[in-house]
Amino acid sequence: MVAAKWQQFVDSNFYHDFKRDKIAIASFFIICVYLIACFSAPLIAPYNPYDPTIIDIMDSEVPPVWLQGGDPRFLLGTDAQGRDLYSTILYGTRISLIIGICAVLLQAILGISIGLISGYSGGRVDSLLMRIADIQLSFSTLMVAIIVLAVFQGLFGTELYERLAIVMLILVIGIAEWPQYARTVRASVLSEKKKEYVDAARVIGLRPARIMYRHILPNTLSPIMVISTVQIANAIVSEAALSFLGLGMPVTKPSLGSLINSGFEFIFSGSWWITIIPGLVLIVLVLVMNLLGDFLRDVLNPKLYKN
Amino acid sequence: MVMFIISVIAFSIQDNLGDPLREMVGQSVSEAERQALRQEMGLNDPFFVQYWRFLTKALHGDLGTSYFFKRPAVDVILDKLPATLELVFGASMIIILFSVPVGVFAAINPRHWFSKLSMGMSTVGISIPVFLTAIMSIYIFSVELGWLPSFGRGQTVEILGGWTTGYLTRDGLRHLILPCIALSSIMLPLFIRLIRAEMLEVLESEYVKFAWAKGLSSRRVWFLHALKNTLLPVITVGGVQIGTLIAFTILTETVFQWPGMGFLFLEAVNRVDTPLIIAYLIVVGLIFVITNTIVDLVYGLVNPTVKLARPHGGDD
Repeated sequence: MVAAKWQQFVDSNFYHDFKRDKIAIASFFIICVYLIACFSAPLIAPYNPYDPTIIDIMDSEVPPVWLQGGDPRFLLGTDAQGRDLYSTILYGTRISLIIGICAVLLQAILGISIGLISGYSGGRVDSLLMRIADIQLSFSTLMVAIIVLAVFQGLFGTELYERLAIVMLILVIGIAEWPQYARTVRASVLSEKKKEYVDAARVIGLRPARIMYRHILPNTLSPIMVISTVQIANAIVSEAALSFLGLGMPVTKPSLGSLINSGFEFIFSGSWWITIIPGLVLIVLVLVMNLLGDFLRDVLNPKLYKN
Repeated sequence: MVMFIISVIAFSIQDNLGDPLREMVGQSVSEAERQALRQEMGLNDPFFVQYWRFLTKALHGDLGTSYFFKRPAVDVILDKLPATLELVFGASMIIILFSVPVGVFAAINPRHWFSKLSMGMSTVGISIPVFLTAIMSIYIFSVELGWLPSFGRGQTVEILGGWTTGYLTRDGLRHLILPCIALSSIMLPLFIRLIRAEMLEVLESEYVKFAWAKGLSSRRVWFLHALKNTLLPVITVGGVQIGTLIAFTILTETVFQWPGMGFLFLEAVNRVDTPLIIAYLIVVGLIFVITNTIVDLVYGLVNPTVKLARPHGGDD
């Protein structure tokens, strides 16, 4: 069964296109490296950045090993608190990825359900839901997120907020971007709804919910896949921006954004690595996701023919 | 409609964010006196009564007094407005000046090396968050090379009615360069891609083929016939992006310590200066609604097929 599925995948156009596209292969490879490195962070990181007992303030602002004054114990140097930058980046990327993926899952669940209902039922429900989506889209995500998080920080106080930060970030980024999914799904539902198989399903008396989830949804998966990669990249950027503004993850549990923020004031004194290295890690992560998204869009969108 | 929602949200924030009494009186006041003061200030009134009072005051331009600056919040915000608007203006200029020529060039010569380069660069550009562009440009041009200043507005000149501008002095202009580039860096790739895609589509359309068949010069076809219809969707997207641009001023202003509204807003958040936060929300909401209306009107002017009087209408 699994072998047959695999054979089907190998024979597909998708795999064929993927094999020929060097950029897509490279992007996919880099994403895999990121995922493996981050989720095995406790195993491969030389230090645990969350453990304050092993941090020595005397080790702060040590440059990377290839620079003068580098310490072989710290591959990429240390940050202002004396944490090993390499370990902190591994853990930080893990937080960024977790927030990005969870936020997009939330977006997808909300957006797909609303899009299905909206497209399938049509009429008043449809125009109401899409009007709400329009209004929500016209506010920029970042703006909404900044305001909501700022208000919550004021309400909860900084200490409680720091403990809840990861949940808040996922909720805010997740809820702010659902219209992207809802619109995409609705558009494909509208075109699928007219086809015979949906009529057939209705004639044999299936419930609308079953028709929506079991029959229509699988046929709308390719546009969902395309926007998902780009949405994860966007979510990671939003998270980094919010953390950079001090509204996201606290410095004690830094994501890439808060790491960049904590190093920013030190670039004037010459300690560029605290900011620039996590910055590069972030840029490469977002870039490969966008490139993979481009590839998926080109392959899965039947309207585009590559010349 | 949108303004109404914003005002309700803003008011609920004010209602819930801390106790205004604590800000005004110290710890030494007894509970009975507090209750009396509450009653006197109308804080025990029902929500809608309080909201109505807030709304009438807001319509007269009174959004409360900033706890930190001890001045009316609207005045504090309006003081900072020119700085932010100049930043947005500079960034939009950069976006318009670069995206239109590059996008059109890439559409006309899709196989030219410059087109491929600019498309590749735009993918990279989209992937770099705006605060990183800002940080890296500071690091390269201010810290390493020492060419350009890294924070503040520099020397400004006052022109009519308290509007200070940095565009008229050399120092002010030097301070504007990096923030404007950083702010435009996020939108520029987006617009280049958008203009290229739209232009490619338009060049395939029937009427452009007909214009070629008529034997018009290529300049005329490209810049008169095709470009006009290319710019229609660009205007709509541009209007929608204004909201995003304002959000990004918060990031840019934070990095460059630009004395504008966004920087002020973040400081207000850190100080829990509620009236200032509310005033910022309302001013930004107002800017937002006004620009969207202008974009709608301009769109109606440029594209006669759009009827402004929609049957449902009245959304913004």
